[in-house]
Amino acid sequence: MEVDKLIKMANQIGDFFEANPDVEDAKLEIASHLKKFWNSVMIKSLVAHVQQQQGAGLHPKVLAAIQQHIQA
Amino acid sequence: MDDIKYTPSQHSVLKYDANKDYGTPKSDSDVMVTLNIDGVDVTVPEGTSIMHAAQLGGVTVPKLCATDSLEAFGSCRLCLVEIEGRRGYPASCTTPVASGIKVKTQTPKLADVRRGVMELYISDHPLDCLTCAANGDCELQDMAGAVGLREVRYGYEGENHLGQAKDESNPYFTFDASKCIVCSRCVRACEETQGTFALTIQGRGFDSKVSAGNQDFLDSECVSCGACVQACPTATLMEKTVIAAGTPEHSVTTTCAYCGVGCSFDAEMKGEEVVRMTPTKEGGANHGHSCVKGRFAWGYATHADRITTPMIRKSIHDPWQKVGWDEAINYAASEIQRIQAQYGKDAVGGITSSRCTNEEVYVTQKLIRAVFGSNNVDTCARVCHSPTGYGLKQTLGESAGTQTFDSVMKSDVIFVMGANPTDGHPVFGSLMKRRLREGAKLIVADPRAIDLVENSPHIRADYHLNLRPGTNVALISALAHVVVTEGLVKEDFVKERCEWDSFVAWRDFVAKPENSPEALAKDLGLDPQKVREAARLFATGGNAAIYYGLGVTEHSQGSTTVMGIANLAMATGNIGREGVGVNPLRGQNNVQGSCDMGSMPHEFPGYRHVSDDETRALFEAAWGVPLSADPGLRIPNMLDLAAEGSFKAVYCVGEDIAQSDPDTQHVTHALENMECVIVQDLFLNETAKFAHVFFPGASFLEKNGTFTNAERRISPVRKVMTPKNGLREDGKHEAGLEDWEITAKFSEALGYPMHYNHASDIMDEIAALTPTFKGVSFKKLDELGSIQWPCNDEAPTGTPTMHVEEFVRGKGKFFVTQYVPTTERVNGKFPLILTTGRILSQYNVGAQTRRTENVVWHTEDKIEIHPHDAEDRGILEGDWVGISSRAGQTVLRAKITERVQPGVVYTTFHHPESGANVITTDNSDWATNCPEYKVTAVQVTKVNQLSEWQKDYRTFSDTQIELSGMDPQTVVS
Repeated sequence: MEVDKLIKMANQIGDFFEANPDVEDAKLEIASHLKKFWNSVMIKSLVAHVQQQQGAGLHPKVLAAIQQHIQA
Repeated sequence: MDDIKYTPSQHSVLKYDANKDYGTPKSDSDVMVTLNIDGVDVTVPEGTSIMHAAQLGGVTVPKLCATDSLEAFGSCRLCLVEIEGRRGYPASCTTPVASGIKVKTQTPKLADVRRGVMELYISDHPLDCLTCAANGDCELQDMAGAVGLREVRYGYEGENHLGQAKDESNPYFTFDASKCIVCSRCVRACEETQGTFALTIQGRGFDSKVSAGNQDFLDSECVSCGACVQACPTATLMEKTVIAAGTPEHSVTTTCAYCGVGCSFDAEMKGEEVVRMTPTKEGGANHGHSCVKGRFAWGYATHADRITTPMIRKSIHDPWQKVGWDEAINYAASEIQRIQAQYGKDAVGGITSSRCTNEEVYVTQKLIRAVFGSNNVDTCARVCHSPTGYGLKQTLGESAGTQTFDSVMKSDVIFVMGANPTDGHPVFGSLMKRRLREGAKLIVADPRAIDLVENSPHIRADYHLNLRPGTNVALISALAHVVVTEGLVKEDFVKERCEWDSFVAWRDFVAKPENSPEALAKDLGLDPQKVREAARLFATGGNAAIYYGLGVTEHSQGSTTVMGIANLAMATGNIGREGVGVNPLRGQNNVQGSCDMGSMPHEFPGYRHVSDDETRALFEAAWGVPLSADPGLRIPNMLDLAAEGSFKAVYCVGEDIAQSDPDTQHVTHALENMECVIVQDLFLNETAKFAHVFFPGASFLEKNGTFTNAERRISPVRKVMTPKNGLREDGKHEAGLEDWEITAKFSEALGYPMHYNHASDIMDEIAALTPTFKGVSFKKLDELGSIQWPCNDEAPTGTPTMHVEEFVRGKGKFFVTQYVPTTERVNGKFPLILTTGRILSQYNVGAQTRRTENVVWHTEDKIEIHPHDAEDRGILEGDWVGISSRAGQTVLRAKITERVQPGVVYTTFHHPESGANVITTDNSDWATNCPEYKVTAVQVTKVNQLSEWQKDYRTFSDTQIELSGMDPQTVVS
């Protein structure tokens, strides 16, 4: 799927969990939200973007969440 | 003689019979009073009228102005009785019972007085009983018989009210003043039941007459709910269908197919023809009330535009080929198989609708999960209430509203946010208005002045928080800030019922200065003092209930607002009993049900995640196939992938994505890109114009099943006529199919037979696999009328109020809700915000209501503009106005009104050629992808012709109608 759209959607998720004062928990919540509600094709596209473009344009916490909890 | 006892809790002693008219409403008192009526001791609740008590005791007192849906009035003088030891002849309707009194309802003197009264009535009433539309259904006629009226001595030569012109302006009923006995039942029904106050008694004495404010009914304030027609004891107010067809001969109780109130109706029939729909007195959601849609707007079901023959075609530019069921179903199956073989199994999916029954939704998602082999199933709740499902599951533990509708009668403060109950949920709106007239306080948060704000008689919002569109979260934070910082939190409740840590995090967050009403005033466009006062009222005014709608959910932060609402309810202890709660007002009849039935791509029925191994094993065992643990595609994901070329086929049951989903041009491009679009619907809807297979559906009158309304009430839909989709062009008939049967046959053609003989078999399977539905069956629905889930061993007759002892998730969880402004911002190019809503007479995409007489109230969608904005642009009332956004442009006529605030424009979306969704963008809710319909930055300018999109649409649509063999000139657009 068009990666720009996925980045926008992922960043919105990041914006919501940004308010969580517990940073590690926020990253877990972001990863869990993606896994729970996104189809694997969409997650794969986003992961590819992280791998190939260093996640350019991604909310830092979303990027970290993907690196720590999805890619791993 | 045996004593007769009646108490509300002891129905077994003396059963209340809803088919009887007790003349005056029930009393809810716990104090019981025994009196003697015609020699029989009767025990009834204090406050009961003698008339009501008599009827309970089996004695019918003659009456005309009394009916038990209305308060006693005491004007007809027919129900007089004698009470031992009291003087005169009191009216039994207005006289309450008293302990030990002895009442006589039949004496020679009473008979004499009653005959005299009837004689006067009849002396000014036409004697055309045999040809009267109410013949056989007329209380005046019945009473003339009951009192033994044998002659009218006064003659007809004197002054009278006969021969007056009929008012036939309303498309559904006539007002024949000549037959009126001025009993005021219609006037009182309009006031008490509907709350519109459109009717009045004009003049005095002999000149008294019922009037719709000195104008005809159509031009008056009348909202055509039909309560007056139902209350009328004569032929004065009469359905035109009854005038045309005569009285019905049998009746079947069923459930309305319009909004999320889910009113119960008696379909009154002559053979297989509906004569009228009458709201069921014991209907749990509506208690005998209705709106113009449910009571009158059912003509679409037999409209000439109904497509009754299956159709197929290779390309959307080809003419449709009309075929039989087998050919259409086999073709559709072969296309799905071809596409899956070529592009992979995930290249196909399906979409259900909230217009489908639970059983239809269930079999459709089963087909997609078990046979298509993926979780690519979604439902139109995606574009309306998906944030409710997410937000309430997170906070409270269940994706559903917490109350019954009746709960509002125990509310002291009613907070309506982003909902317009009098238009969108009219029957519940009437109930809410009744409570507000009793004195409950009202807070309305809406950018626009909805009718409840100040346009409803005897009701005025205590606070209208007319916030800027897109700032709901800021408002919720500001309200919460006041609750927390002014010490208004119900800490006992929070400590006992909620996760304390989550509360502390939330409390600390909302208490921050940047969340104060003052700090957010600029974003909100609201006076901070007003916000503070509203918050105090909500937290301290007694039972406070929140009612919200799509003005909450259809935003980029829709889910956040839903969670914020739940936070507020928990913090103030307003959850878990009657009169309070979090109440999503669902748009369509079966939004709740379609979500319950597993039509979201990440959930099996009962809101259980597809990755949950135990649940998946349960369904795999029941369905005999392996199931995917990967969440499927949501509607917007399907469309995006279709536009890109990797999603190739969709089975669309009852849903019209080409009209109802945002960014129309993106949707139609996606549809054009697909190789097989299968549409199952009553009409050639907008999506069907891009389809390759058309399965003609059955209307709600033609099938069995259940709908689940906004209060989790499962109500039966009953078949009253043969499905019309068996009718073939050559005049021959195939078997007509209910929609679930079409899906089951489709499944069989794909190699997976579904073994159901009746919709009830499907419900049995749902009950066996879904804990919250464990106790539900068609048999129990027949017995109880309706059931609010959860219905299981612990709650065998259902659950009216949720989260009573504890939350479904155990402890309630607070979420920090940071306000994040939408990216859809005004700028120099698009300086106004467009927001959207709906109107009473039309329903959603209008496919049903545009094919009824309801169009007399709303022939076109208009754009509402504030006078200042209109003046700046030289726009006058009725001018063509071009509305452009970054997504597209359309043209509508201007309606200049102060209902909208400066900087905001508003429109409805009931007509496809309006192109409201040509303008809306692909922005969506962060958690659920629910589109941000409610906020679009636009510019409006005066124009003199339709937009390019509208011209192209007209050409395309006309061509498609011709390709289906119909005439674009006659098909309703």
